[in-house]
Amino acid sequence: MAATRARVSSFSRNVSTETSQNPGLKHGPNGTMFISSGIPDLDKILGGGFSLGSLVMVMEDAEAPHHMLLLRNFMSQGLVQKQPLLYASASRDPKRFLGTLPSLASLKGDKSSDLSHEKDLRIAWQYKKYFGEPQLNLNTNNGGQHDYCNDFDLRKPLDRQFFSGSNVDCVSINDSPNLTALQDRCAGFLAKFSRNEGCIRTAGRIAIQSFCSPQCKYSNEEWHMLSFIRSLKGMARTSNAVVVVTFPPSLLSPSCSKRLQHMADTLLSVKTIPDEDKELAKLLTGYQDMIGLLNVHKIARLNTQVPVILEATTFSLKLHKRRFLVLECLNQAPVDGSSGSSYGTSGGCSGSTKTGSLDF
Amino acid sequence: MRLKCDNGRVDTSSALVLHHILKRSFSSSPSSVVLFLAFSQPFSHYDRVFRKLGCNLAAQRDNDRFLFLDMLMLQCPGEKIRETQSGWAASVFEQIERVITALHEDKKFISIIIDDISFLEVAANGSSSDVLNLLHYCHTLTSEYGCAFIALGHKDIYLNGDNAAIILEMEYYADILVRAEPLSTGLAKDVHEQRAFSRFQKGEGEPLRGGAESSN
Repeated sequence: MAATRARVSSFSRNVSTETSQNPGLKHGPNGTMFISSGIPDLDKILGGGFSLGSLVMVMEDAEAPHHMLLLRNFMSQGLVQKQPLLYASASRDPKRFLGTLPSLASLKGDKSSDLSHEKDLRIAWQYKKYFGEPQLNLNTNNGGQHDYCNDFDLRKPLDRQFFSGSNVDCVSINDSPNLTALQDRCAGFLAKFSRNEGCIRTAGRIAIQSFCSPQCKYSNEEWHMLSFIRSLKGMARTSNAVVVVTFPPSLLSPSCSKRLQHMADTLLSVKTIPDEDKELAKLLTGYQDMIGLLNVHKIARLNTQVPVILEATTFSLKLHKRRFLVLECLNQAPVDGSSGSSYGTSGGCSGSTKTGSLDF
Repeated sequence: MRLKCDNGRVDTSSALVLHHILKRSFSSSPSSVVLFLAFSQPFSHYDRVFRKLGCNLAAQRDNDRFLFLDMLMLQCPGEKIRETQSGWAASVFEQIERVITALHEDKKFISIIIDDISFLEVAANGSSSDVLNLLHYCHTLTSEYGCAFIALGHKDIYLNGDNAAIILEMEYYADILVRAEPLSTGLAKDVHEQRAFSRFQKGEGEPLRGGAESSN
C-alpha cells in the first residue's frame, strides 16, 4: 500500500471551527457542509439544509408561483447571513425582485406558543427519540443574523441594508440570445468559492428563476439549456456554493424535463391545490389552510451512495398566521369524521412538526 | 463483456452497481485496471464512497490501477466549429484508445466504465451520431482487446422516443442488462432498491435472477 504518502485516514476527524465562526454553515454527513434553505421545516426534511456543492432544482407549477416562496426564503437567508448571492431571472430589472424578499421575523412569541404545544405532545411521541433522529439546533433565538436558519415574515420586505452592498449580483437573461453570458457570470461567481482553499470563509448562493421561461430567446434550444445546467452543476460541485434553479417542466419536452431532473442533486416540485375541492377537503385535515403541495423527489447524496429515505415525500405548504411559510406532513382526515381515530389528528395539533402521518 | 446498468426513475440510482463492479474489479485480479470516464460525479465523491467500502481509490490511482478521466466540464464544441474538426467522438475515443493500447501491452485486463451516458449526450450537445460513434468505438475495444465495457443510463429519458437510438443500441450490444428500480413494496430504510438481471445469448434475453440491495 502507499504508506509513503501522508494521507489523512478516513477515520481522522478534522476538528474545525468553521461552523462556530460562521453560523450560516453546518457540518453534514460524509464531509459535506450545509447551508439553510431559509425554511426551517425544509431544512429538517432535507436532513440539515442544502449541501454545499449541490444543484437544487425546483419544478414549478405553471398555475401558481409557489416556487417563488422557496426562492425568496432561500435568497433572504443568504443575504441575512451575508452570503454572496447571484440572482438571475428573465425580468428586465431583476434588482426589483430584491424588494419583495421577506424580512426576518421579529416576534418570537408566535413560535414559542407552538413550542410549548410541542411539549404537550412530547409524551405521545416520546418514542421518536429511540429512532436517533439528528438533533438539529435550529431556531436558537439568539438573534436574527446569528442563527443557522431564520424565520421570515412574508408580509414585510427585507431591509435594504441587506442587499444594497456588493454581495448581491443580479443578471437579466431576458435579452440574451444564449446562456453564454450567464454561464460566464456564474463561473466568475463560483470561482470565488473554490474548494481549493483549506477553510470555508463563506458560502455562495446562486438563484435562477424560471430558467426555461418562454420570455428567454434560447427557450426552445433544449440541448443548449441542458449543456448550461450540466456545466453549472460541474462548477458548483467544486465550489462552496449552492445553486437553486426553478424551471417549468410543462414547457419542456418530456425527455428534456427528465434529463434536468436526473441532473439535479436535490429535486423538489411545487403544486397548486385546487380551491374548494370537496374530495380533497374530505381526505386531508387542514385542507382549507393549504396553499399548495411540496414534493421532495430526490435529496442530494454527495460523497455517499446511501440514499435518504424520508418518512413522507409530500408536504403541504401553509402560511402560518399568513406570514411564515411552514411545511407539514399530510394528515388523512378521519374516515367517518368521528373523534378518537388513531390515524387522524385535528388541524390545530399539526403545528410545524411532523405528526401522525399515515404510516404502516 | 458489455454491461449496461439502467435506472428508470429519478429517485433511484444504479450507481450502487457501478460501485460494486469497481470494487470487485480491484479485488479480482492484481492485473486488472479500470478506466473510469466520469460525467456525473467528481473524484472526491467516489473517493469518499469507496473509503466507506474499504477501498482506497487514491492509492489505486497512484498505482495506475484506476484511471480517472474527469469529464464533468468536457463539452463538445459548438455547431459551427464542429464541422471543421475531425469529430468530437473520435477525439474522446482516441484518448481512450491510447490508454487501452498502453495497458494492453502490459497484459492487463481493462474495464471501461462510463458513469452516466445521459450526461455524455449532453456533453455531445445532443448529437446522437457522436454518441453512437463513441459507443461503437468502445464496443470495438471489447472485441479487439477483450475489455469489459460498463455504462449507466436512465431509461425514463427515452420513453418518448427522443434519441432512443442510443439506449436501443446499448441494449442491443449489452451482454448483461441490470435494471434498478425502487422496491415494489414501497420505500424502506434497510433495502433501497431491487435489481433485475438479464443475460443475453444469441440475441435472446432471459431473466437470470432478481435481487434486492442495500447501499449500507
